[in-house]
Amino acid sequence: MTATAYDPIAFHDGLVRHGLIVPAGVDGIFGRGAVFEDVLARFDKLILGIAEKDDAQVLLFPPTIDRSIIEKTHYMDSFPHLVGAVYSFFGKELGARQLSEQINAGEAWGEHLAMTHVCLNPAACYPVYPTFAGTVPEQGRLVTLFAWVFRHEPSIEPTRMQAFRIREYVRCGTPEQVVEWRNMWLQRGVELLQSLGLPARSDVAADPFFGKGGKMLATSQLEQELKFEVLVPVISEQNPTATCSFNYHQDKFGEAFGIKTPDGQTAHTACLGFGLERVTMALFQTHGFDPAAWPAPVRQLLWA
Amino acid sequence: MSENAARIRAVLKDHARLNRDAETLDDDSDLYQAGMTSHASVNVMLALEGEFDIEFPDHMLKRSVFESVGAIAAAIGELTEGR
Repeated sequence: MTATAYDPIAFHDGLVRHGLIVPAGVDGIFGRGAVFEDVLARFDKLILGIAEKDDAQVLLFPPTIDRSIIEKTHYMDSFPHLVGAVYSFFGKELGARQLSEQINAGEAWGEHLAMTHVCLNPAACYPVYPTFAGTVPEQGRLVTLFAWVFRHEPSIEPTRMQAFRIREYVRCGTPEQVVEWRNMWLQRGVELLQSLGLPARSDVAADPFFGKGGKMLATSQLEQELKFEVLVPVISEQNPTATCSFNYHQDKFGEAFGIKTPDGQTAHTACLGFGLERVTMALFQTHGFDPAAWPAPVRQLLWA
Repeated sequence: MSENAARIRAVLKDHARLNRDAETLDDDSDLYQAGMTSHASVNVMLALEGEFDIEFPDHMLKRSVFESVGAIAAAIGELTEGR
């Protein structure tokens, strides 16, 4: 039985009431309780298990990235509304005193800060591409990452978070290698979520590009079938939640970071990411707030 | 139409970042094949709106409308009809 009748507020309140999440003052930012974390970690382990024989290189980056990656990939052309750039204080004594006074007086204080060289990472795969620079081996490259990402999308709706975790896989190679890998995972991703009793299905999708130009980019992305999502109803049956997302970037990152295949062509890349909080929430919504009462086959997979 | 085509080529020259001279393009040459990226096509779209004092409606914001000089000219013809 589902936890709530597909209602975002009721679902949020249910997660809080059961100690699964803990409000932390700002919409889209909340703490995670032990039971929530246990389910999330077990799901992550399940993904790693089914992908084990792919022999992906493991990499871990902090949730902050070199600002020049944002600039080189033209992130701000597409998603200026989502960015989190880190600003800090570079001033001297007098400036520091003015800053304190303004904060203590309840006034705005952003004017005293200036841009640093880091941004909050907006997509798990971004820090990987510079490491691919040069010529990739014949069989291409495959990397897996576990990452916190940030998107400035404050919302009371629990599946739309400002900060969340992704289990990511990134493939780099010839167009054929990359597309074949993407298609293999698309099926795998749907099957994995279905094996957990989630009513998952895949569909073509578009990124939330900014503004009028963004409408055109989104249409272009749909027409070229460059993005797919695996959808599961969590807060709405009509608009199911993307729990896993697949992006085929063609030669975008290969061009930006000088990545080549052995034949001298610009390498293509694709990535896929499981939204770990979203899958965890989908499990709670689908099977109820108490994991002890989840169907035996689901428990067996996660607690094997 | 031919006057429009010349103005469209001028916009492409400034904004499409093509790998060849916009003047040498046939009316039906594929602009994406000629190196126009999705992002460049957005800049072309916005520049055409300024150049022709038009606004592309949502249903025209797709690849096929901007794929060639001829396709763009046809869209602009539709939007400026009766002016």
